[in-house]
Amino acid sequence: MAHIDLGNELPGIRGPMAFRPETARPLNELAEILLRDDNNTLSRGERELIGAYVSYLNDCFFCQNVHGGLAQHYLGCDMQYIDAVKQNPAAAPLSEKLKALLVIAGKVQQSGRAVSPENIEKARSEGATDREIHDTVLIAAAFCMYNRYVDGLGTWAPEDRQYYINRAPLRAAEGYIDFDLYK
Amino acid sequence: MAHIKVPEGVPGIRSLVLFRPETGKPLYELAQVLLRGESPLTQGERELIAAYVSSRNECGFCMNSHAAAARCLYGDEKDVVDATLKDVSKAPVSEKMKALLNIAGKVQILGKEVSPEDIGKARAQGANDREIHDTVLIAATFCMFNRYVDGLASWTPEDPAVYEEMGRRMAKGYVLPTLQ
Repeated sequence: MAHIDLGNELPGIRGPMAFRPETARPLNELAEILLRDDNNTLSRGERELIGAYVSYLNDCFFCQNVHGGLAQHYLGCDMQYIDAVKQNPAAAPLSEKLKALLVIAGKVQQSGRAVSPENIEKARSEGATDREIHDTVLIAAAFCMYNRYVDGLGTWAPEDRQYYINRAPLRAAEGYIDFDLYK
Repeated sequence: MAHIKVPEGVPGIRSLVLFRPETGKPLYELAQVLLRGESPLTQGERELIAAYVSSRNECGFCMNSHAAAARCLYGDEKDVVDATLKDVSKAPVSEKMKALLNIAGKVQILGKEVSPEDIGKARAQGANDREIHDTVLIAATFCMFNRYVDGLASWTPEDPAVYEEMGRRMAKGYVLPTLQ
């Protein structure tokens, strides 16, 4: 049970979003532009993977499964692959650029101040642009918010990981704005 | 110097949202609704939570700017701000506010750190669901803003006068900056 009476039985972030739609709107707009907008040189799958990785580091079950499910959907891979990336991105079959961006995301998860010029230089040498570095930092920072919102209010999350896999195509199709929180 | 090429001479988050206004828009909207919108917590109290979390994250830019905004909003009681940032337990704020700051401090560590006892204590001091919700989301949001500002090494001015002016502007509300 959540720490406060949300007035609904919705899982994860949808509970507090329905409780307080005024703040839900910019939270969802941010997710839409950062994760789903196609005017981006990082693919949707790569961006969702960054979100899932940071949520894993923050030990947020709901977010790592929602966004891991979406990454899986976009990348056309299986759950084992997503889990392997989360647990050890350096050893996973990813591009060197994405590995370097995940290192930056992992630093941001600890603290903004943990990101070093060497981390940035490494990403740049693997071909990352300023926009890609910017978006990586902001995605990682945003998940440090979403994860804390979800767990700080003690929201509930379905335990069956297949639940998230099954819902991913719907979220991919509808996006993060203009969807019914209750469906 | 910032890690990426942002407009020169523009401090903190302002330089970052000028670099990428598309994401800047919802970020400023979130700050406005959360810190200036309707809430049972005063605007000063909300800025104080923001400054407190930023201080715990050691984000100088966000701490100094939101502390300045909080001082503006607290007016004659502005000393509350620095006393709180120095030591919450000795600060001249209500027991309810202390309990909410305790929750904000837990959120700063990690969402899962917030215990039913933390919530129970805030409730015993009269905090309602909306106040607890807003406290958690403000704390979570500043865990994002702080990481955004420092993760890209944006410019943090050192002159206190710069923050005083910033605080006066922020007290009026959050408007997405545009290049002059």
